[in-house]
Amino acid sequence: MIKEELNQIAAEELAAQSQFEHRVFVCTGTACVAANGEAVKAALEGEAATAPEHRCQIVNGGCQGLCANGPMVAIEPEGVLYQHVQPGDAADIVAGLGGKPIKRLTDKATAPFFDRQTKVVLGLSGKVDAENIEDYIAHGGYSAVLKAITEMTPAEVLDEVTRSGLRGRGGAGYLTGLKWNTVAKEGSDHKYIICNGDEGDPGAFMDRSVMEDYPHRIIEGMIIAAYAVGAQQGFLYVRAEYPLAVKRLGLAIRQAQKHGFLGNQIGGTSLNFQLEIRMGAGAFVCGEETALIASVQGGRGTPRPRPPYPAASGVFGQPTLVNNVETFASIAPIIEQGAEWFASIGTEKSKGTKIFALTGQIVNTGLIEVPMGITLREIIYEIGGGIPNGRAFKAVQTGGPSGGCIPAEYLDTPVEYESLKKLGTHMGSGGMIVMDETSCMVDVARYFMEFCMSESCGKCIPCRVGTAQMYDLLTKITSGAATVDDLAMLEKLCEMVSSTSLCGLGQGAPSPVVSTLTYFRDEYMAHIVDKRCPAGVCKMTEAIPAS
Amino acid sequence: MQQSIPIPHPEDKRWRLVVGTMRRHGFASDALIETIHTVQSSFGYVDTEALSFVAGNLHVPLSKAYGVATFYNYFTMKPQGEHACVVCLGTACYIKNSGEVLRAVSEMAEIKAGETTKDKKASLLIARCLGTCGLAPVATFDGEVVGKISPSQATARVKEWLES
Repeated sequence: MIKEELNQIAAEELAAQSQFEHRVFVCTGTACVAANGEAVKAALEGEAATAPEHRCQIVNGGCQGLCANGPMVAIEPEGVLYQHVQPGDAADIVAGLGGKPIKRLTDKATAPFFDRQTKVVLGLSGKVDAENIEDYIAHGGYSAVLKAITEMTPAEVLDEVTRSGLRGRGGAGYLTGLKWNTVAKEGSDHKYIICNGDEGDPGAFMDRSVMEDYPHRIIEGMIIAAYAVGAQQGFLYVRAEYPLAVKRLGLAIRQAQKHGFLGNQIGGTSLNFQLEIRMGAGAFVCGEETALIASVQGGRGTPRPRPPYPAASGVFGQPTLVNNVETFASIAPIIEQGAEWFASIGTEKSKGTKIFALTGQIVNTGLIEVPMGITLREIIYEIGGGIPNGRAFKAVQTGGPSGGCIPAEYLDTPVEYESLKKLGTHMGSGGMIVMDETSCMVDVARYFMEFCMSESCGKCIPCRVGTAQMYDLLTKITSGAATVDDLAMLEKLCEMVSSTSLCGLGQGAPSPVVSTLTYFRDEYMAHIVDKRCPAGVCKMTEAIPAS
Repeated sequence: MQQSIPIPHPEDKRWRLVVGTMRRHGFASDALIETIHTVQSSFGYVDTEALSFVAGNLHVPLSKAYGVATFYNYFTMKPQGEHACVVCLGTACYIKNSGEVLRAVSEMAEIKAGETTKDKKASLLIARCLGTCGLAPVATFDGEVVGKISPSQATARVKEWLES
């Protein structure tokens, strides 16, 4: 595959598409399918077939972001977006193509949800056919790969990624350029790349959406990474719980192979790169890179002490680069548009954009991509549309089971790696769960502790035993049986488990407790002293009646 | 590498799928998880007979194969019921009361999460997160995702299975 061939594929695909005046994208993501999306697609296809004069093509679209208002239908090139579409609307939609948008299917109130976003990683996600590489190429796909491998040296690619300021989107925020450089410097002639698609955070589905709707974007990033660090083999580690993502990535790999983007002598250069899928099997700890590597090798996903870091000794003892889905998906735009452009988005230390799964007690639940530095208030009240049912905001949880809850007084905090850390939570992979006054913060802390306790791999004692003890103490508090001494013990355990556990799972497990204790200590005291749950969630079955 | 242990029940074609996965990976030991995935998708669950077969052919100790099969939540060592209801307990679902949905189904069907009814008609399972948080609370019925579900809707669906 050389540039001229790529241009030809793009030209042919665009010519084929030009026979259609309109492309109608029906979201076939999990949420929209649950809302009857498949039937909507079938109805639209039926209408399009009976009325060929409208020259419209019905395409398997991807997530448009606003999952709560599905099924969603996007019409290009008009840029019209219909919400809550039902099969009965198909006739009107097809008949109305090219005319004014149908009022009953649009919702002005949700305009800020779309207008306030900056789509860099998601790019055209949802507006190209995820199962068609030609469509992706026609919209500029794979040109970044060819640019990198034919016009740039590996050192220049490394430099570009470093200067972009991109940081790992899996949560820890390690500088991607630095990681790539470390792997590139390793002397081994056999290196590996792993894309971590084991999105295990409950309440997060950013990576699922990228893998389902934009699989080629990830593969493109991995090929560029392979070129830059000198790797020959890659693994895409995907959760088995995401069958559609597994299917589409598999298809994308086969298409990329067919077009010579994977395999030997990619783009007529000496670059050889093979890519295969490894399915996860439901273990949260596999998000930790050493556990992930153990799992890729077919074993139990248990972490090991670092150093040596995977960059020096990873898969089969060879240097290995591990990056998250969103990190790899950020690479093509950086190569295409340059490090300076990417670095101009965001703040001084957190560059670019971040995808969040905005869920919980909020009007517009869904998937958003925003520039770093946007405030939590802007996300929740402008993009998210605020809290439904006139209830009051209580907290927003970020960072999953190793994150924390941010109260109302810090809503004006900009979303950056450092600022969130200061508040006792972290960026995490992008779950953002909004809670209102009906949520009990002690119960939320107990929920996350139950999660960490069940997901602890059992290798190190502080995590295995500590999380169980903390869970018991939190259960005691939420059932009204705890004393002030129990609270003191809980705080002591938080410190012990976080400072002595082997990996991030144990080290982060106390975080939801610590953050809720910092901001909502009064709720803990109400449970312990007054034997009362202020939110009315906990049943207080063990409470001793006051004598 | 090649197949070293013969298929235990040659008349059952499902074993060929298992061999196929191992062959695709050259019977390398790192194909253990991939192969167990095939066992589960072909047979519905993973038992010790299948594990011995896989372990022998991939040249890993049975203890390691058993360790892997029991370590990961996705694998089940017990046969499942005819139908399966999975209630999501991810954070977004939890704060929207999916716990109540689980409790209602559990009380109605008289089984705990992870169990199957005595007549083998229905299994009740929990999921950590189905990634459909926008529709919380969510449950699946034989794979069909149902969003914004209420406890009574969920019990009605399972009751249908039990009475069929």
